[in-house]
Amino acid sequence: MAETVFSRPGALAPVITHYCPGCTHGIIHRLIAEVIDELGIRERTVGIAPVGCAVLAYNYFTVDFQEASHGRAPAVATGIKRARPDLIVFTYQGDGDLASIGMAEIVHCANRGEKVTVVFVNNAIYGMTGGQMAPTTMPGQIATTCPLGRDVEQAGHPIRIAELLSTLRTPSFVARAAVHTPLYAVNAKEMLRRAFRYQVAGTCFSMVEVLSTCPTNWGVPPVEANRWLAQNMMPFYPLGVFKTPDGADRAPTPGAGD
Amino acid sequence: MAKKLMKGSEAIGEAAVQAGCRLFFGYPITPQNEIPEYMSLRLPQVGGCFVQAESEVAASNMLYGAAGTGERVMTSSSSPGISLMSEAASYLAGAELPVVIVNIVRAGPGLGGILPSQGDYFQATRGMGHGDFRLLVLAPWSVQEAADLVQDAFDLADFYRNPVMVLGDGLIGQMMEPVEFSSDRQPIKELQPKTWAATGCPGDRPTNIINSLFLDPEELERHNWKLKAKYDAMTRDEIRSASYAADDDYDVLIVAYGTVARVCSTAIDELRERGVRVAMVRPITLFPYPYQAIRDAALRASSVLVVELSTGQMIEDVRLALEGARPIHFHSRVGGMLVTPDEVIEKVECILAGGAAEVSHG
Repeated sequence: MAETVFSRPGALAPVITHYCPGCTHGIIHRLIAEVIDELGIRERTVGIAPVGCAVLAYNYFTVDFQEASHGRAPAVATGIKRARPDLIVFTYQGDGDLASIGMAEIVHCANRGEKVTVVFVNNAIYGMTGGQMAPTTMPGQIATTCPLGRDVEQAGHPIRIAELLSTLRTPSFVARAAVHTPLYAVNAKEMLRRAFRYQVAGTCFSMVEVLSTCPTNWGVPPVEANRWLAQNMMPFYPLGVFKTPDGADRAPTPGAGD
Repeated sequence: MAKKLMKGSEAIGEAAVQAGCRLFFGYPITPQNEIPEYMSLRLPQVGGCFVQAESEVAASNMLYGAAGTGERVMTSSSSPGISLMSEAASYLAGAELPVVIVNIVRAGPGLGGILPSQGDYFQATRGMGHGDFRLLVLAPWSVQEAADLVQDAFDLADFYRNPVMVLGDGLIGQMMEPVEFSSDRQPIKELQPKTWAATGCPGDRPTNIINSLFLDPEELERHNWKLKAKYDAMTRDEIRSASYAADDDYDVLIVAYGTVARVCSTAIDELRERGVRVAMVRPITLFPYPYQAIRDAALRASSVLVVELSTGQMIEDVRLALEGARPIHFHSRVGGMLVTPDEVIEKVECILAGGAAEVSHG
């Protein structure tokens, strides 16, 4: 009899997503679902969907969900976790949601040390609204609201969220990963696993920033998008662990070189 | 339980605790700071949790998250802070989450002042935020009534799965009066288990999703009519008003709510002693509004006097109630000063002497 060696994680709903071809949201969803399965926490997990491309994330997992207003997911997560500390609570947010309109909520959620997990998907652009400039858009990168490229004199430089949150004194786990190649995806899953484990143990706030592609709004084919991410985003957004609750600071990602 | 002398803010906080509220999210703003301060000490004593949020925006979204677990939750703020919560109020109503929001109103617009006002009447009764929704709004005139209404507010919020607002002002928050909490209070509505709560999905049941997003217009229309049916049910079953000195005949009917009604009751007592025939109807629910009670009472008078701490907001509902059946007069202070009993007495005497101008319509 054939042995099943690969199947859909139980925490992932058996549905087709609405994501564009080449988008990495689907990969990140799957990695989260696998971690939820492996930790055996599906029945006590509550997710929080953002406003943005992942607004329908509640349809793609087999866990209870709350839909937050734009940027407020860390506040919603705080409310859930304070009401029910036994639940495993995670938010799934994009860069417009978390790094622009929701900057206050993410900083204070991390600073209070809420025992929740934040998955921050950084694709350097507003996806759902049609490719506008994000706080994480690269200098010179073209977007619909910076058609000549991001001008850092006018718009400032991209915000490095992982670095920013790692400056907070409150213990936390903060990491940045990528999913544009299988090897990087394996590392991203390890980061997510560590993040959820810290929550399961009741240790600390955890956030994993995941560099992601947006072929549609970047205006390039998926393979080229993966290359663009490696060449342009990764030098500015270095991968690795930026903060751990035991005080150990940044360590480079092992074995994730091209 | 014996009567206890309590400040209004403390009574509001204790009433929430007595009603089973174990979670409070707030942000400092005058003149309601005594409520979060009370809760920050009291909730940990009963195994609850107080969080001082980074803003009213965050506080109201913490409220949303906690309410989504089915727990009883409350926040309080004052006018500018309530404006910041209006986004969350819309999401709470859209996602049908039961919460209690206390607004200790201060004079506006903008930063305005910190003294009492009723300038948030439109904001409270006309939905508070974007979209087609209503809050159930309760307006107490005493510390005891504030305590009672806060407890009722939790039952009403749970029953209708809708935000309920308790609308007071700095006077209610600051004054001290005897309060009694019943030791065997029963819910005022028959409440169902919160099977909709997002608290983890055991086995194969469909996931519970707390949400106000309906991309299919047909579905959203059905949702909006479902919400409307709840507001209709509130209008049918939850209207509350009280009358004052209305057993005897009267020539002038005063319509006022909250602490202003309290001031008017003093004026009515003095006027009655002088033989002046005056009475009052006091709305306790501002939404749903007691249109019929006001119309019925007004038809027994020759004229109506609306007294409120705004430039004329509730007066629009009185006009709707009367549909021109009686002349309406108006008296108000709007900078944070209170209306005095003497002012009300003078106004009533002026109306009876034929010297007061009817308010213009439109």
